[in-house]
Amino acid sequence: MLQINNLYAAVTGKKILNGITLTVNPGEVHAVMGPNGSGKSTLAQILAGHPAYEILDGEIIYEGQNLIALEAEKRSQAGLFLAFQYPVEIPGVSNSYFLKTGLNEIRKSRGEQPLDAMEFLKLIREKMKLVEMNESFINRPVNHGYSGGEKKRNEILQMAVLEPKLAILDETDSGLDIDALKVVANGVNKLRSKDRSMIVVTHYQRLLNYIVPDFVHVLMNGRIVKSGGKELALELEAFGYDKIKEEFVNGVNA
Amino acid sequence: METIEQLVNKKYEYGFVTEVEEETIPRGLNEDIVRLISSIKKEPEWMLEWRLKAYRHWLTMEEPVWPNVHYPKIDYNNLYYYSAPKIKPKLDNLSEVDPELLLTYEKLGISLQEQKRLTGVAVDAIFDSVSVATTYKEKLYEMGIIFCSFSEALREHPELVKKYMGSVVPYSDNYFATLNSAVFSDGSFCYIPPGVHCPMELSTYFRINASETGQFERTLIIADKGAHVSYLEGCTAPIRDTNQLHAAVVELVALEDGEIKYSTVQNWYAGDKDGKGGIYNFVTKRGICSGDNSKISWTQVETGSAITWKYPGVILKGDNSIGEFYSVAVVNNYQQADTGTKMIHIGKNTKSTIISKGISAGHGDNTYRGLVKVGKKASNSRNYTQCDSMLMGNKCSANTFPYIEVKNTTSNVEHEASTSKIGEDQIFYCKQRGMNAENAISMIVNGFAKEVFKNLPMEFAVEAQKLLGISLEGSVG
Ligand SMILES: Nc1ncnc2c1ncn2[C@@H]1O[C@H](COP(=O)(O)OP(=O)(O)OP(=O)(O)O)[C@@H](O)[C@H]1O
Ligand SMILES: [Mg+2]
Repeated sequence: MLQINNLYAAVTGKKILNGITLTVNPGEVHAVMGPNGSGKSTLAQILAGHPAYEILDGEIIYEGQNLIALEAEKRSQAGLFLAFQYPVEIPGVSNSYFLKTGLNEIRKSRGEQPLDAMEFLKLIREKMKLVEMNESFINRPVNHGYSGGEKKRNEILQMAVLEPKLAILDETDSGLDIDALKVVANGVNKLRSKDRSMIVVTHYQRLLNYIVPDFVHVLMNGRIVKSGGKELALELEAFGYDKIKEEFVNGVNA
Repeated sequence: METIEQLVNKKYEYGFVTEVEEETIPRGLNEDIVRLISSIKKEPEWMLEWRLKAYRHWLTMEEPVWPNVHYPKIDYNNLYYYSAPKIKPKLDNLSEVDPELLLTYEKLGISLQEQKRLTGVAVDAIFDSVSVATTYKEKLYEMGIIFCSFSEALREHPELVKKYMGSVVPYSDNYFATLNSAVFSDGSFCYIPPGVHCPMELSTYFRINASETGQFERTLIIADKGAHVSYLEGCTAPIRDTNQLHAAVVELVALEDGEIKYSTVQNWYAGDKDGKGGIYNFVTKRGICSGDNSKISWTQVETGSAITWKYPGVILKGDNSIGEFYSVAVVNNYQQADTGTKMIHIGKNTKSTIISKGISAGHGDNTYRGLVKVGKKASNSRNYTQCDSMLMGNKCSANTFPYIEVKNTTSNVEHEASTSKIGEDQIFYCKQRGMNAENAISMIVNGFAKEVFKNLPMEFAVEAQKLLGISLEGSVG
């Protein structure tokens, strides 16, 4: 599904990713954890094709294609989805119009017929139930005037509608109350399948009780310093990042 | 990685030239030209006198330099002031219109064929200097509505023209309006009698075809007591690499309980991406709510023109009268716009609303200039102004100049302004959801301008949205 090899990247001249290697197979869920500023969102944004980041070295292969050469919308059309850590507001544009336009572009790229307004309405209503979102959000402007938690839920709604092959969730759990966390996790779990992969960026092991990952990776200073199974998250919760940092430094020096 | 600046600009699709034989008078401007125009149009003596007064006054005036627009000096003596397709002197019937002209309007998406009634819009089409056809005239006439070319109104209803012409924009008003008063060639006239609600949108379509020809039309709309009318103006011009001058005057008069809604979708040729060619649009538009409880509403979507200079305003004379101004002005490439409104509160309890959305892209320079004046006697008057600017890329600019004068203590004037930059992040977000940059920009910009679009008649709102997308394609960095 996804293979990242020795990826180095910078933004405004500042190096942020320092050699990331990661393989995600179909159906797998990978959790990425790590201290603030370690480069988690940078990685997510680079995978989605944000133009501000400069790739210095390495490669990203997605479904056999060189991902770096693809425009952001082509990546989306190829089934890559990013739930943003900070969802963007678009005043004056309704959620449904926004999402319908996106969905129909994606369908078009696959040679499928666009959904008409009625078909789309049916679809979005169904998916709203999945993430327990009030129908008033159909006509509200995209993320404009939403609470933090509502924005996150809206990201999951979009994911549910677009049905990606690879979903990257960047701290979708931050800012959610306990109930919302369960709803979102539940929504995510319903989308889990043997062909759909996920990269879940989070600070809290709590989320991983609901979305149980196959792998956990720890990112520090722009590289993966430790990988393991779901128990790694518990270890992090108990001992913090310092221990891992020590281990890593010792390992490098050994 | 593709930046938005690299996306190609879509070509202006109305830029074709129509091959019709044109009747043009000699270049230049002097009293003889003014007389000639008046005599071609077989005008009454008082009209000629009015034109001459305006011309003589114009000679004493200086071209304004205060607008925030820059252009080489116009040589007024080197322009043609009248150009008309050679046609039979009087057009009663569409079959007498040159088929080339009908084809032109069809290309523009305006059907003059009365059979195609579906749109329910009555159109007066102005080609260069003259009005070539007015559809639905008879049907409207049965209701007492007069909708015809200005020249025809001068012939058939001189008393109405004489009474109202210049009553809102006097011949001495400003440089361009005065020039227009001297040499105006044609335009649209509309009178809605007391109590009548006009059953369809009235529309004028302006087309500049001939080169080096100034277009100077006048529009005069009168809503008598309790009358309602909604009017739409659309404009296009061929692509030429010389600049063309368009100096129009629009006067609106709303009597007691009368309502006029005037919408403009202006898509003159804006010049090419290097700023060559395009229309100079120097227009004076003003309405007066002369009676109590009357209402005038201007809605404009300005995407064309190399330079736009216009301030549709409302004089709120009648008590409880209402003035509104909703505007979207887009500048791209090297376009310049200095536009806004004037709301003059004279009567008691008068209300005005100004919503201005300026969008600047490329090297565009967009200025909002608005005046809100509340007189001593205009007690309990209200104004609300909201002025939002959106910038795309970092070579464009937006300026806001609000002028506010309030002369009584019971009135309230509120002004809000914002500037936002259409962000890489917004575009990226849309792209992440599958849209290409053009769709993304069009969506973001239409969202920004939504408050204005919702005031346009339905079918024109759709057209305006498309237009906005087209005029901004390939514009952000
Ligand atoms: N566009 C940018 N311009 C300048 N610096 C940036 C930009 N994007 C990221 N950075 C910097 O890169 C580093 C990594 O940021 P990133 O957002 O990837 O961290 P993160 O691991 O997601 O952190 P958090 O847990 O706080 O979300 C930070 O020091 C950040 O300031
Ligand atoms: Mg982050």
